[in-house]
Amino acid sequence: MTKKGIVLEGAHFMNGDVACAEGAIAAGCRFFAGYPITPATEIAEHLAQRMPQIGGIYIQMEDEIASMAAVIGASYAGLKAMTATSGPGFSLMQENIGLAVMTEAPCVIVDVMRGGPSTGQPTLPGQQDVMQARWGSHGDYEIIALAPSSVQEMFDITIEAFNLSETYRVPTILLADEIVAHMWEKVMIPQVEKIGIVNRKKPNAPPEKYIPFMPGGDLVPPMACFGEGYSFHATGLTHDEHGYPQTSSSEVQQRLVKRLCDKIRQNADKIIRVEDILLEDAEVVVVAYGIVARAALSALRKAREKGIKAGLLRLITLWPFPEKQVSKIAEQAKTIVVPEMNCGQLVREVERSAKATPVVFLSKLGEEPHTPTEILEAIRRNC
Amino acid sequence: MTEEMAHPFAKYLRGAMMPHIWCPGCGNGIILNCFVQAVDELQTDLDKVVVVSGIGCIGRTAGYVNTNSFHTTHGRPIAFATGVKLANPELEVVIISGDGDLFAIGGNHFIHAARRNIGIKVICANNFNYGMTGGQQGPTTPLEALTTTSPYGNIEHPFNLVHLAAASGATYVTRWTTLHVRRLTQSIKKLLQKEGFGFIEVVSPCPEIFGRYNKMRTGLEMMEWFKRASVVENFSDPVKAEIKPEKIVVGEFVDMEKPSYEKLLHEKIAQINEKPLKEMSQHAS
Repeated sequence: MTKKGIVLEGAHFMNGDVACAEGAIAAGCRFFAGYPITPATEIAEHLAQRMPQIGGIYIQMEDEIASMAAVIGASYAGLKAMTATSGPGFSLMQENIGLAVMTEAPCVIVDVMRGGPSTGQPTLPGQQDVMQARWGSHGDYEIIALAPSSVQEMFDITIEAFNLSETYRVPTILLADEIVAHMWEKVMIPQVEKIGIVNRKKPNAPPEKYIPFMPGGDLVPPMACFGEGYSFHATGLTHDEHGYPQTSSSEVQQRLVKRLCDKIRQNADKIIRVEDILLEDAEVVVVAYGIVARAALSALRKAREKGIKAGLLRLITLWPFPEKQVSKIAEQAKTIVVPEMNCGQLVREVERSAKATPVVFLSKLGEEPHTPTEILEAIRRNC
Repeated sequence: MTEEMAHPFAKYLRGAMMPHIWCPGCGNGIILNCFVQAVDELQTDLDKVVVVSGIGCIGRTAGYVNTNSFHTTHGRPIAFATGVKLANPELEVVIISGDGDLFAIGGNHFIHAARRNIGIKVICANNFNYGMTGGQQGPTTPLEALTTTSPYGNIEHPFNLVHLAAASGATYVTRWTTLHVRRLTQSIKKLLQKEGFGFIEVVSPCPEIFGRYNKMRTGLEMMEWFKRASVVENFSDPVKAEIKPEKIVVGEFVDMEKPSYEKLLHEKIAQINEKPLKEMSQHAS
């Protein structure tokens, strides 16, 4: 089946959840397993309609634990696979996100953040899962998480999430928020030939010489899939390059876990994306992501009108954290302002990277995000 | 000079994974043997077989068989296998796991996979307890049995697994003990040829862990109990097939046909795509 006619093209007016679903299809996703949850349900609904049209699989599982497990199974059977959820479901997925990390299963998890903890505020936006995305499953690992700020980015960054996931064999998380997901905006979808798609690296070795977890120079092992003639074993236990359990070997544990971390850490410069806005001469720098970055942009434009040298560092990649980029602006900035819809999560990473530069945190909980005026006030107080 | 002879089933096992972790007298080796025998008799293409296990002693089976294999998190082999089977329906997806894995932590996945009638095949070793963690009470532990976490006798009613499987919609439901090797092998062959969701419970001895607390310290003593108590009652009512000290009802309980989830899904996909596709843009809203 050619991609022509499967992927939408041209200008469309849609909401963020639908844009995410269409982005997944454009990226080559042909398997979705999920469980209904506000505010991510529209992704499942749209894919329930679209997947059968393009020969893809949609299944509603019994819970989010099963959804995540099924996604890993589909990935190992050779399909690009995704699930979508919100905080409560994201919590349930953490167990098998760890399994995907350990077995290096490429897959995408969309978490449309709402207010928590627990059932919290299903219909209101939040940015409270930022640390859960990084540390939610037990053990040491590195993961990739991306934060879209617009409906266009719900499309574009979903594709990027698949590409990164396939490149590094790591579960990749799209950390959206309720507003970006439910907002309607214009989305420009390029011609299908112009969309860059990355597929997992396949083994060159014949089946009898295939060592399933032997990495290449990029620390990522080529991936055979079930049914392709390579019979191999994979396990959530600590395993050697053959995939065989080595539960008592400190050497294997160190080699494996360090590689799982290093394949992201050593490639961080290739993975990380930020957007610099008016940073050249900025003395007050706002560091923001998701929908909050939109309010911040409006605020800094107003600040510039008043002659205040304000700039915005918009984080698209949240994990691995853009340390170098934050450190660099910290050297020129007098103050860094970090607005987040939580009680202070990514601001800790900003503080760590900013070192001596003062960091001002603006919290927002249980309502619409920061207004431009609120962020402007913070800029004025600290310029 | 003696020539080293390979076991006729050696090709089905991963030599590098041996020796296995199982205790003397354990029934898991018998179950593995019957599975391999069935695959051999059916001449199944090993490249198309995926063995999936969860956590527990029998969960190590996935690593021992020389097929595609995956050892999941605790309780999740059925959910993982669902993704595999739907992504590539040509694969023969077999779950070999334990009673705790499939019916305590994984119980929800079992009933829903059976309800959907996904064409995956489940072989459950029921050893009445959590062997790997040292013998705790589980969802199949008989009333009054002693375990490390029911030191005064178990007061929880155990699951009757064949009743649960039948009620959940499985198209093939069978119970044997590890004493019934020929019947078990034949049932596994049948299971592998079913279209929909199938389930075999294998009552299996755990003398080192379960038996030692319950006056059956050797594999032989446990097998003697199976021999004494087993009664073959094919197609009897699974409701009445509770496992009791004096009677273990074995046999086939359900053998029926109904279309599998993946068959219905792919029929639906074909049906939808026969109709002219509506303008894609209509679906963007």
